[in-house]
Amino acid sequence: MKELVIVSGKGGTGKTSLTAAFAGLSDRAVLCDADVDASNLHLIMNPQVQNQFDFLSGHSAVIDPQRCSQCGACIDLCQWDAIDNDFAVNDLQCEGCGVCVHLCPENAIDFPINKAGDWYISDTRFGKMVHAALGIAEESSGKLVTRVRKEAKRIAEADRSDLILTDGPPGIGCPVIASIGGASALLVVTEPTMSGWHDAKRMLSLANRFGATCMLAINKFDLNLEQSAIIEKNAEERNVAVVGKLPFDPLFNKAMMQGKTIFEYNGYSTTCSQVEQLWNRITDKLGL
Amino acid sequence: MIIGVASGKGGTGKTTIATNLVAAVESDVRLLDCDVEEPNAHLFLKPEIIETRAVGTFVPEIDIERCNFCGDCVDLCQFRAIVLLKDDVLTFPELCHSCRGCQEICSQNAVKDSSRELGTIRIGRKNGIAFTEGRMNVGEAMAPPLIRAVKQTEAACDTTVIDAPPGTSCPMIASVMGSDFILLVTEPTPFGLHDLQLAVETVKRLSIPCGIVVNRFDEGDDGVFTLAENENIPVLLKIPFDKKIAETYSKGRLLVEENPSWRKPFAEMHRRIENIVKGNRA
Repeated sequence: MKELVIVSGKGGTGKTSLTAAFAGLSDRAVLCDADVDASNLHLIMNPQVQNQFDFLSGHSAVIDPQRCSQCGACIDLCQWDAIDNDFAVNDLQCEGCGVCVHLCPENAIDFPINKAGDWYISDTRFGKMVHAALGIAEESSGKLVTRVRKEAKRIAEADRSDLILTDGPPGIGCPVIASIGGASALLVVTEPTMSGWHDAKRMLSLANRFGATCMLAINKFDLNLEQSAIIEKNAEERNVAVVGKLPFDPLFNKAMMQGKTIFEYNGYSTTCSQVEQLWNRITDKLGL
Repeated sequence: MIIGVASGKGGTGKTTIATNLVAAVESDVRLLDCDVEEPNAHLFLKPEIIETRAVGTFVPEIDIERCNFCGDCVDLCQFRAIVLLKDDVLTFPELCHSCRGCQEICSQNAVKDSSRELGTIRIGRKNGIAFTEGRMNVGEAMAPPLIRAVKQTEAACDTTVIDAPPGTSCPMIASVMGSDFILLVTEPTPFGLHDLQLAVETVKRLSIPCGIVVNRFDEGDDGVFTLAENENIPVLLKIPFDKKIAETYSKGRLLVEENPSWRKPFAEMHRRIENIVKGNRA
């Protein structure tokens, strides 16, 4: 079983639209949305939730005014300025470190388990999908990513599916690191802009550190041919295969507006055949 | 006045808005690039970098001579960054959140200050614009302490513009916390709308006034405009889809420099934000 994780560094380069297109081309891959912070894949996949689970992670400090003597020790100890002068904890700022809980002389601070989000196992028209919604202002997105990837793997094994398609988050931080560990390969989707390539290079360096195999796709390559050529040359120097170049095409947006993949919207377009070629090269590399 | 530029969804144009805004405003301005995972503002502003410094965060160092192996620090640590062995104490700096709980609870004074490098801060200038950027080391997972360090760099100016990372989790919160106003940059697509809804909820919880910028406003539906109307959030700027604008962006150039007629709408947006913030303070 293989797992392809689609990442980019920079947001908005087309990760989710391509993941959705691949879902239609693959043979019943298990879908996994690892962008738990601002997930979008469900907007095209229209998943029918079969099971919903609470994602419990960490604790939050809650001061009991009955027991609190307002000595101020917690305010001094808190590294996050999360406790105001009325001895209320701002849960957007609370790190869940428990320092105030342990060191309150009155034992006046409770530390309940935090529900940081939800995750789901769903059915879609392309097969099973595992996805999640991290609560607003929550941390531990990496842990939730690990959770959904683990579940996708379990389902793929049980169903004897040979592929997991994982839509990754933007950036190169905690949730991305959690998304790429143990993946068979990464598809880095970039665009021919200075920022797109700047960010993709940081993504490639991260992948390198984790020993992950990378392929590169240049989306909207015709927006700036000069920059596209620079990217291709640079990728070659880095020994990263450019597996496809896709034109700027409003098709992606039009399909998204209707909650469809580009193949469902207009399978006869030239962009679709280019995406299909891209997909064939990816599956070749994956050995599928 | 501090203006945070955020979005929910990535790639909607936060950096475009933040960099052109500081370039269009006449007063003393400063740009803080808090998207420390992927800092891009420097590509457009091209500042002269005056100072670069490493940023670290507290991690414990156990003085084994003083340690009595009571295990209090291990019990307190929520992040499993300390492990007690029979005759040694191991620390895992990359798991540490720098809460200093181990140091506070230790009865033997055996926990010393040490530091772990998270990334660098670069400080520079371009014409009248002060610039500070945080750049997280590749492989590092913890962005918020570096973001806070970027925000702590001092500078006297009238307007500070913060380029925030996408999403609505801890790095975004750390970036926009303390702002007087938040600009939410979106695009009129189902993805843009979905993530804008998350961003609006976040901003509400922070109790900070906000406005919306709709990028590529003519390439989509009216979902984000309906949301703005229902939530009573002003749409402060609309930018059309234009291949010229996309090209300008791809080359790392500023819209207001390539086409100076854009100065006025950006300056006007700044003036409107100023009025909203003043009205809020009054």
